[in-house]
Amino acid sequence: MLNLRGRHLVSPSDLTLAEIDSIIALAQDMQRQRGNYSELCRGKILATLFYEPSTRTKLSFESAMLRMGGSILGFSDANASAVAKGESLADTIRVMDAYADIIVLRHPKEGAPKLASAYSRVPIVNGGDGGHQHPTQTLTDLLTIQAYKGRCSDLSVAFCGDLRYGRTVHSLIETLVRYPGGKFYLISPEELVLPLRLREYLQRTSSCQIIECRSMEDVLPHIDILYMTRIQKERFFNEADYLRLKNSYILDAAKLSLAKQDLVVMHPLPRVNEIAYEVDADPRAAYFAQAEYGVYVRMSLMAHLLGVTS
Amino acid sequence: MIKVAGIKRGTVIDHVTAGKGLWIFNKLNLASLGHPVVLLMNVQSSRLGRKDIIKIEDYTAVDTAMLGLIDAGITVNIIENEQVVNKTQVSLPQVVSGLFACGNPRCVSNSDHYVTPIFALYEAHSRAYLCEYCEEVTKVAWK
Repeated sequence: MLNLRGRHLVSPSDLTLAEIDSIIALAQDMQRQRGNYSELCRGKILATLFYEPSTRTKLSFESAMLRMGGSILGFSDANASAVAKGESLADTIRVMDAYADIIVLRHPKEGAPKLASAYSRVPIVNGGDGGHQHPTQTLTDLLTIQAYKGRCSDLSVAFCGDLRYGRTVHSLIETLVRYPGGKFYLISPEELVLPLRLREYLQRTSSCQIIECRSMEDVLPHIDILYMTRIQKERFFNEADYLRLKNSYILDAAKLSLAKQDLVVMHPLPRVNEIAYEVDADPRAAYFAQAEYGVYVRMSLMAHLLGVTS
Repeated sequence: MIKVAGIKRGTVIDHVTAGKGLWIFNKLNLASLGHPVVLLMNVQSSRLGRKDIIKIEDYTAVDTAMLGLIDAGITVNIIENEQVVNKTQVSLPQVVSGLFACGNPRCVSNSDHYVTPIFALYEAHSRAYLCEYCEEVTKVAWK
């Protein structure tokens, strides 16, 4: 286990591949032998500061801390906290770091966790900032890929849906291109393509193949992993645009029949209608297992950042 | 031709593209600096044809990052005892702090007033800067 004590996690690029491997390895052991870790964080407190709604990220962090014997506090509605009285993020963080040993922050403003990390004496973990980054979802996704494929390199991966505002996609693709041999298909409507800056970054920093396309059916026979995303209503300034694009890509049994038998279908959840319920029974559907992996990877991450060992 | 005396100590901002002098004067807030300032406009120049010049007496702390963003052709001369002791050709700054706002409306630096936006030069030819907070690119329109 590598020593990450006191570090912040704002972006996946804050971690080296060796550090990611260390987090994944411990998460796998935590899944196998959960009982061995039930007292690991006794006496530690996690603060969950959620300025916008979340179910699984918040609860999976809380579950992770509780499963390691620690305690939790925090808020999930900024309107019911001091924020409603006009307190700045910087002041909230300066107060909270006296109340907790580690802080998870979700915020609608992009860059808020980076700002928070400048004011905090305890580790800040980005729990999602606007359409920017979601590094713990990335760790969850990497653990899922490792569990199903036994590797994160030499894979053909398709990302489908909202690639413009989908922060889980941004974080995951930026990390996967650091592994060798990847081939990436970007399937989205014209209006929701990957941000220009990110596309340029990927092309400049990696030798991976990146292919943009509009048709899911054309790509399905060629890929090892299909990463579906929701078209996020809350990211649109204009409801008419959302209504026009929300049904762009729907995975159903007929489309899945075009894919390899060992395809892995992933989704950060929650889904709306982009994966038909009939797909859930297919052994290639990995998204509920993925949600479970999220608890183990967050247990491992917090153990690393707190510097606690069994 | 108008004759303006040299300064004994201070800063001469030279080779300003004709027409930008007044804008720089305002951007650097020179009117409220409290030092004698001369703004010369449409002066003959062998290099530029016409140019603007700004002379500031007894003041040498001009913001060269801002000048680089406005006009990368500018030369800043620092004067001591009527001699040029330092000549700097400004250029696009590698790091910019607080001079312009992030173009991303969802960036935390646009909503939290106490945050100083910080950028790193991303691409010189398009004058593009990467926000340290949201990592989005903002293209600086000053020119």
